[in-house]
Amino acid sequence: MNIHEYQGKQLLRDYGVAVSNGRVAFSPEEAVKAAKELTPGIYVVKAQIHAGGRGKAGGVKIAKNLDEVREYAKELLGKTLVTHQTGPEGKEVKRLLVEEGSDIKKEYYIGLVVDRATDRVTLMGSEEGGMDIEEVAEATPEKIFKEVIDPVVGLTGFQARRMAFNMNIPAHLVNKAAKFMLGLYQVFNEKDASIVEINPLVVTGDDNVLALDAKFNFDDNALFRHKDIVELRDYDEEDPKEIEASKYDLSYISLDGNIGCMVNGAGLAMATMDTINYYGGSPANFLDVGGGATAEKVTEAFKIILSDEHVKGIFVNIFGGIMKCDVIAEGVIVAAKEVGLEVPLVVRLEGTNVDKGKALLNESGLNIIAADTMADGAQKIVELVG
Amino acid sequence: MAIYINKDTKVIVQGITGSTALFHTKQMLEYGTKIVGGVTPGKGGTEVEGVPVFNTVEEAVKATGANVSVIYVPAPFAADAILEAVDAELDMAICITEHIPVIDMIKVKRYMEGKKTRLVGPNCPGVITADECKIGIMPGYIHTKGHVGVVSRSGTLTYEATHQLSQAGIGQTTAVGIGGDPVNGTNFIDVLKEFNEDPETYAVVMIGEIGGTAEEEAAEWVKENMTKPVVGFIGGQTAPEGKRMGHAGAIISGGKGTAAEKIKALNAAGIEVADTPSVIGETLIKVIKEKGLYDKCKTH
Repeated sequence: MNIHEYQGKQLLRDYGVAVSNGRVAFSPEEAVKAAKELTPGIYVVKAQIHAGGRGKAGGVKIAKNLDEVREYAKELLGKTLVTHQTGPEGKEVKRLLVEEGSDIKKEYYIGLVVDRATDRVTLMGSEEGGMDIEEVAEATPEKIFKEVIDPVVGLTGFQARRMAFNMNIPAHLVNKAAKFMLGLYQVFNEKDASIVEINPLVVTGDDNVLALDAKFNFDDNALFRHKDIVELRDYDEEDPKEIEASKYDLSYISLDGNIGCMVNGAGLAMATMDTINYYGGSPANFLDVGGGATAEKVTEAFKIILSDEHVKGIFVNIFGGIMKCDVIAEGVIVAAKEVGLEVPLVVRLEGTNVDKGKALLNESGLNIIAADTMADGAQKIVELVG
Repeated sequence: MAIYINKDTKVIVQGITGSTALFHTKQMLEYGTKIVGGVTPGKGGTEVEGVPVFNTVEEAVKATGANVSVIYVPAPFAADAILEAVDAELDMAICITEHIPVIDMIKVKRYMEGKKTRLVGPNCPGVITADECKIGIMPGYIHTKGHVGVVSRSGTLTYEATHQLSQAGIGQTTAVGIGGDPVNGTNFIDVLKEFNEDPETYAVVMIGEIGGTAEEEAAEWVKENMTKPVVGFIGGQTAPEGKRMGHAGAIISGGKGTAAEKIKALNAAGIEVADTPSVIGETLIKVIKEKGLYDKCKTH
């Protein structure tokens, strides 16, 4: 789960990590009111969307006075920002962060990620701040430093200081930078983040080390123990079908094609998309109904697929292990009858309780095209959709 | 011979009284797996499916001599269940549970350092040695005894591959689902090493997916060490960047972990990669024919 920059900064503040002063605003009036509460001077008006690259896309404005704050707020709110992370359709700006401007001396990069190679959380830092860190890694890998964190002791003081020295933070600010990193790790660890990126971390003219931006991603599997984080979820930033799916613990992702897919297991779901693609079709979604799905969940999954107007046909591909084929069949039948199925439906069942499942489908009276294998099913649905 | 588990393996089921665990305990017993006990705290002294239930893993091990545990405990408590299995010094803990927080798994991995237990999973279908021992959630009937090893990050794709092999008359030694989480117990290389040393295994099917670099590392290892033919498949060739494809580990980020890169790495290591999951079986058969192993692998 992602959160907004202003929410991430509040979280950092709660942990004593230095960030610039700022307020969230949902209207130009609120933006002005927010600015009035800040120290007078230069203000920064920042569009709040769940995507990077806002600056380049014109989503960050420097205002010299309250009138300019109002003007920029008017301009940004309701505007659709297209960045390299939003896709061509862009994202509409509905919230702003109004901040005090900072006297930036230099920009750095700090991030925490789960590193699969070491099975540890890793701190990454670079003096090449403000840039896309992947580009830095590509062009000047020697400028990226890493500290692997032992979960027994967490990020240690010496590691944080070593990182600060490696990043060429001015010597008199190394302790401030280290304190920043230690706080950042504490947030990451206690809130079950999966990625935190501070890009840029800045050193200011008045000798502060603070976060100018904050990008947080949280481990969905740990949200059950973080009600406070769940409350930060912004549904406007998500696909309505994906929101609906998440209510039923379905793993659903919208794609651009016209063949709806319902599959059990993430690997098989990906492979089903690949196979449809191989035979010249295009999947409308990734959908893993998971292992413990009930007939009701399957029914909901089916409805979500059908709510996508681009869907011209559906391919159900099930290899039951923990998932039982008869449960899938039941769910499909109920959904098809409830919603009224008007597009072709190809079903391939194999695995646990396969005979029961096939019998249910045969007796349902629905117009279901049976497939023997995944390839057979993919070819059939691609042909039917045309 | 096979790897990890066989007809003598004694298994306990952690979380045995949950509905999923009960269903699969029945299936495992029917398959012939020696389920010697179950563990559910507070239900010690009772019995389910003719299997005695204990309050702790330690008790269960003492009473039954179990050497492997299979874990169906719900995600919030699953990491603790793994720790309990490790503490009881089992040879192997196979964790089926999905959705375990990654921070929990990082701690589990740290705790396991220097300990005896091998962890398979989490978020995996389990391990099966055909006709001898089935531990997990895979449908038993698709497996037949033979000479091909299967290792996979995806449960259902393992079934797909195994089913194709069985239908083509190619039996398997052991199929290992290593799971789709970013931090897990057993990796491709661990399993490939075992297959390489197992005299009954003549060839291996390896199924990967997008995200991480486990396939690339495995390819490198195969190139240097593997004496037996390996064929592969990589799921997620059409997955868009930045979208997590169900498995916590299956995401392309920063242009890394793409299917194309992985296929390239596998090919460079001499591993033939199936174009679609439907031809994994065919691809293996083609390769073992080329290597003159087909007759030895044809079991039925």
